[in-house]
Amino acid sequence: MKKEKTPLIRQDGFQTLLSSLVCVLGGLIIGYIVLLLIEPSGAFGAITAIMKSFFRYPGKMMLKYFGQTLVRTVPLLMCSLSVLFAYKVGMFNIGVAGQYVAGACGCLYAALAWKLPWLPCLLIGMVAAGLLGAISGLLKTKCNVNVVISGIMLNWITLYLTNLILGKVKSPNSPYTLELRGNNPGALLPRMGLDKLFNNEKSVTIAIPLAVIIAVAIWFVLNKTKFGYELKATGHNYHAARYAGMKENWNIIVTMFIAGALAGLGAGMLFLTGIENWETTTSSVPAMGFNGIAVAFLGGLSPIGSILSSFFIQYITFGGGNVDLQVYSSQISSLISSLIIYLCAFVGFFKFFIQGRIRKKDEKLAAGAAEKREGGDAK
Amino acid sequence: MILLLQYTIIFASVLMLVALGGCFSERSGVINIGLEGTMVIGALGGALVMKYLPVSAGAFAMVALTVLASALLGMLFSLFLAVAAISFKADQTIIGTAMNMLATAGATVAVKAMNTIASGGNDVSSDIAYTHTKDLFIVRLGEFEFNWFMLIAFVCLIISYVALYKTRFGLRLRSCGEHPQASASVGINVFKMRYAGVLISGLLAGLGGIVYITAGVSVWKFEYGVAGFGFLAMAVMIFGAWHPLRIALAALLFGFLRALGNVYSGFDFMLALNIPGVVYNMLPYIISLVVLAFTSKKSRAPKAAGLIYDKGSR
Repeated sequence: MKKEKTPLIRQDGFQTLLSSLVCVLGGLIIGYIVLLLIEPSGAFGAITAIMKSFFRYPGKMMLKYFGQTLVRTVPLLMCSLSVLFAYKVGMFNIGVAGQYVAGACGCLYAALAWKLPWLPCLLIGMVAAGLLGAISGLLKTKCNVNVVISGIMLNWITLYLTNLILGKVKSPNSPYTLELRGNNPGALLPRMGLDKLFNNEKSVTIAIPLAVIIAVAIWFVLNKTKFGYELKATGHNYHAARYAGMKENWNIIVTMFIAGALAGLGAGMLFLTGIENWETTTSSVPAMGFNGIAVAFLGGLSPIGSILSSFFIQYITFGGGNVDLQVYSSQISSLISSLIIYLCAFVGFFKFFIQGRIRKKDEKLAAGAAEKREGGDAK
Repeated sequence: MILLLQYTIIFASVLMLVALGGCFSERSGVINIGLEGTMVIGALGGALVMKYLPVSAGAFAMVALTVLASALLGMLFSLFLAVAAISFKADQTIIGTAMNMLATAGATVAVKAMNTIASGGNDVSSDIAYTHTKDLFIVRLGEFEFNWFMLIAFVCLIISYVALYKTRFGLRLRSCGEHPQASASVGINVFKMRYAGVLISGLLAGLGGIVYITAGVSVWKFEYGVAGFGFLAMAVMIFGAWHPLRIALAALLFGFLRALGNVYSGFDFMLALNIPGVVYNMLPYIISLVVLAFTSKKSRAPKAAGLIYDKGSR
């Protein structure tokens, strides 16, 4: 049988892409208006600086900054995978921020205090974050605690605990943890020659291809396996899943463990490159997790969409540092990304709008066809 | 000891105001995760008044205008939540998360722009200083610094209690958070009630914001937002079981713990215990999580909180 071709506008994926593009456009336009309000003369230059991001630098520097942007895209992608994975079972994983912190805590402590090589460090961070996620899942299934609320509480508990623990491996004259490069170079992720591609940018490691592979794997698990099917069924209707004989509570806990582990892995993949150290006086939960929520929704809750959207958000974040800091502030790009996530909440409404238009058109066509037929009968 | 008491009361005032805000919103059926962001915007409004209004305006005008600016901006900002979540049926959790990011980023951009323009490019910080005007809020009673905000918080508590439990409006608002379809069936306008709930929460959270940033310091760096106080207030609301009077008690307890974290180094016996300061910061969250774990089976939370109101469903 021949498969009938659906027009592009009727495909769900295309509708999602279209809605996301509208969100991005909306965010950029409002961002531009804000720039105009601050100082009209340089606003156009500033918004192009944000949009051009690392492309405005000449050859070698561009490659270096491109590499750094990719390095920072990795944790963002992992956090967004964590969010969308949990969302499939109907859990809003706002705890992703805390799980990310737990991952950083686990891998940095293992690397600096126990001097372990990179793989065990990465795994310790992953398990620490996974367990934190599982606590949320456990509290949900055993005690009926809302995952959003327990996630928020655990975020702050983890942040303070991490400051306490990593305070033991901080450098004596700054609030930051010790440099990995000087203290335990074995804990740095292997580069396998990838840094050569990016003008010897030392922070480019196997984390980048690994993150893409994990994103594809998550897509596979969700769409092509029995486990993924059960998760989605639990998310759609908890009681129906239970009635169908699925272990719905166990599924929730496992999902939250995996979601946490993904966020923790993301943290490891950033901090074990040595590009950044943990600041032990951090007074608020890092934005990485919350940005992950933004990225997940901007990517239409699809792992492949997340790859694109996480790169985009990191791209304009880097661009934000390019604006003339004597006039504007680099936070303009956080403003744009927060506007984009705000608009993303309207995606459902926007899709509904498109579908409504399509339905109206269909009805018109059907009515027209019926009229013709009637006309034919009369003849 | 007096310092501890003073900090406890002022922190409790902040937490109580914001938690009462959250209470109004959730009682009407909308979860307001954007409390943190609303505090930032309210704080910004108040801080600007305190920066630009001259000291000669007098204590009454200063307090009144600051309160007004904070409350108004908080309300305006909460419209972000109200319009999206009530009129457009968007997911309340995403909106709240976006609002928190938006508030800190927006406030930072705004303050930096103002500082940059005012200084001709020399000062690109996100600080607002209100050193002189802050004194107008304080009445010294011996060693204890009485702050007018303490009284305002107390008044808000009483009004909230009466509004929620002794008026027709309160009964209707609460019904919308329990079973909106049932409320609609007896002629209550659920949309209007939810708008009211969210706007009141914006007002109270905005007020809480200005109280928080003037509590201990006289310069505020807006890049830091309000350092998690909005989320702590959510914990207070939950610990207080969505009831104004219990919220007041919970706020006192959590405020005390927070104050202890600030001033514990002033007490010899507390230093001797050798507990790191972060433990006091952590405790409120741990306590509320434990309480939640034990009480959530038969939760007192409004039943329809967080659910999108759909006229058609039953």
